[in-house]
Amino acid sequence: MSEEIKTIKITIDNITIDVEPGTTILHAARRIGGDVTPPAMCYYSKLEGSGGKCRTCLVEVAAGSTADPRPMPKLVASCRTNVMDGMVVKNITSEKVTDARNGVVEFLLLNHPLDCPVCDQAGECHLQDLGYEHGKASTRYQFARRTFKREDIGPYIQLHMTRCILCYRCTYVADQITDKRVHGIIDRGDHAAISTYISKAIDNDFSGNMIDVCPVGALTDKTFRFKNRVWFTKPVDAHRNCTTPGCCGKATLWLRGDEVFRVTARKDEWGEVKSFDGKTGWICNTCRFETKKTESWTIEGLSNISRHSVIGTNKYKTLEMPKETIKEVMHGVEPKLLMDIHSVSEVNNPTVHLSDLNRSAHSSDFKK
Amino acid sequence: MQSLMNAELKRINTMSRKLLLEKAHVEGIRHYDVYRREGGYRSVEKALKMQPNDIVEEVKKSGLRGRGGAGFPTGMKWSFLAKPDGVPRYLVCNADESEPGTFKDRYLMEFIPHILIEGMIVASYALGSNNIYIYIRGEYDWITDILEEAIAEAKQNGWLGKNIQGSGFDCEMYVQRGAGAYICGEETALLESLEGKRGNPRIKPPFPAIKGLWGCPTVVNNVETLAAVVPIINEGAEEYAKIGIGKSTGTKLISACGNINKPGIYEIDMTISVEEFIYSDEYCGGIPNGKKLKACIPGGSSVPILPANLLLTTAKGEKRLMNYESLSDGGFATGSMMGSGGFIVLDEDQCIVKHTYTLARFYRHESCGQCSPCREGTGWMEKILLSIEKGKGKMSDIDLLWDIQRKIEGNTICPLGDAAAWPVAAAIRHFRDEFEWHVNNPDKCLTENFGLRHYADPIHVPV
Repeated sequence: MSEEIKTIKITIDNITIDVEPGTTILHAARRIGGDVTPPAMCYYSKLEGSGGKCRTCLVEVAAGSTADPRPMPKLVASCRTNVMDGMVVKNITSEKVTDARNGVVEFLLLNHPLDCPVCDQAGECHLQDLGYEHGKASTRYQFARRTFKREDIGPYIQLHMTRCILCYRCTYVADQITDKRVHGIIDRGDHAAISTYISKAIDNDFSGNMIDVCPVGALTDKTFRFKNRVWFTKPVDAHRNCTTPGCCGKATLWLRGDEVFRVTARKDEWGEVKSFDGKTGWICNTCRFETKKTESWTIEGLSNISRHSVIGTNKYKTLEMPKETIKEVMHGVEPKLLMDIHSVSEVNNPTVHLSDLNRSAHSSDFKK
Repeated sequence: MQSLMNAELKRINTMSRKLLLEKAHVEGIRHYDVYRREGGYRSVEKALKMQPNDIVEEVKKSGLRGRGGAGFPTGMKWSFLAKPDGVPRYLVCNADESEPGTFKDRYLMEFIPHILIEGMIVASYALGSNNIYIYIRGEYDWITDILEEAIAEAKQNGWLGKNIQGSGFDCEMYVQRGAGAYICGEETALLESLEGKRGNPRIKPPFPAIKGLWGCPTVVNNVETLAAVVPIINEGAEEYAKIGIGKSTGTKLISACGNINKPGIYEIDMTISVEEFIYSDEYCGGIPNGKKLKACIPGGSSVPILPANLLLTTAKGEKRLMNYESLSDGGFATGSMMGSGGFIVLDEDQCIVKHTYTLARFYRHESCGQCSPCREGTGWMEKILLSIEKGKGKMSDIDLLWDIQRKIEGNTICPLGDAAAWPVAAAIRHFRDEFEWHVNNPDKCLTENFGLRHYADPIHVPV
């Protein structure tokens, strides 16, 4: 008989679930999913020690536990606070949290450049999503923004420090995934910066994973910079037999036609690198930067992209027809078509049924 | 009223009672021979004959509160220390005194370093720690030499090292210099820095009492707190607790500066009034050139600034005393804090806007940049304050400042965010008309000061 695993109860925004002891509030909320899950800009479940810095995941603890039901005096970082049995947490149901989070988003955007139109991260940028959900259309900041010079920190990666929100994720990658850390944070306060100190110092085999963990466009892939907007490319899951020790060989290829524009690690629904058999699916620089031919990869199929993402536009796996209800409510009587589109439209081609196309419609599908 | 009279009587009985600085002026007290001759290291002799837990109990009974600023009961902090088997414990002395206006620890370490060493040995014995680290502010480089010399003297005379005075207790003491960061005075940033890393505050919990230096249970205490252990052991907790009022027991070092006749370090017994402290010849000796008192920061730059009227009397109309409870009477609405004892006095010629800007600049410069509200918010506040000071501010900027400080406070990893927010909040709360005057008089504010105005007027106390 296996030993029973004791679970504890936590209530987040009036939803109660059972979790294992040692779970953080953020992870419990991710179990529930949806709006209840606080956003996280610096926390990365695959990187030990990350989190607690950006303060976007702050939540209110209305009751500490069943044993000690006192509320916590301050908002807590949900990514670094463990669940206690009987804990009651308020996220979107707390005005204090909404207010503080709006404040944090304003702080994060204060010195962030408004260069989304030319930023490679646009479309898959967590700060963009966060700003969209919590930010205001205008700024109250009337001073010059902090800027830095762009810097190549290795042969494949460009650092655009002006966009950085100092989440520290890339330094954890350097610490935990690569064998030799050559970059970190220099200076402090609002002039703190990610730097290698000596330019172009990063040559590690796994350095490219920094780009994947970067929540904004501060670290960009030099082989992809300005080549394409991500939502114009088509992501497909693919794998290859990679010989680099530690590389999982499973990646997402970002295609346009047959051309591989970019290779990244596969991401899960929280935007983090996926795990395979309990191991995080980091990929090596050879896969990421040097294997850009489709024939080098075994393509598995279209990647699952959330339909809320701009990248999902025009990429359909199957066509789902809406359920026809007229016949049902008319007791089996077929609706009488009042109008044939072809008799009134000069544009449509009567031989082409647009709804049957397994792709987006092109000009060739219409009458000239 | 009765209690006030009792306090007054008590004060006369214990007037000028000095525990830490009693021997500070004896010639040669910096060195071991004189210090020992004057009764030094008696507390270690006494403590080594006691059970460690009894010492912790004694410190608890004394009511000693942390002298670094937060005022947390020291005995309680000691009793929180985890004691797992086979894991070393550490005592760390926080000598990273960097709060603007605070210089009491410097005085102690510079003139009577042995009292700190003595207190630390006792504390270390009580906590079962065999290694003590003094993390000293980098700018105090000459004091590092003084401490190193004193430690060597103590070691030579058998107060440090193996088998101290035949008791079987081993203890080593090390001095580590910081590299010039205010943030390293925050205890977890201090530990990071001591471990040789970037001085970023850690996310708590775990607290240092569970996981501190190199992941081991650690107690971090201020210099003055550790020195205060000496009189507690020498005289007994009950005697120590008799000094002071209520939960403010013992004596406190106050570093007084600003517009006063006699800036310096004063040891007070926490029964005197703020008024007496500023005006009596025994202490600050009044304000120079016949000027009037406008405002004061009673406990180091982070605590709320108070206008003269609220400083001298509480909102209830009672005389405000120099102790933890009285200084914080009225909460942040009408009170302040004892803090670290950095007493900064501002006379009628001082500009509150400029003063607040100076503090905001300090906090912007010292923020570690780890968490977003503090990193971005402190710089924003500084820029707005500078533009108001230069006559370029708008009326909406004052509300904006209020909103920024509100969004920093309580939302950061460490208390530096709060420390940056409070001075701005208090300045707007009490001196809003001075800010408005700056906005409404963009030219005049460059050549003139707002002056004293109504800030010293008696406060109406509703009956």
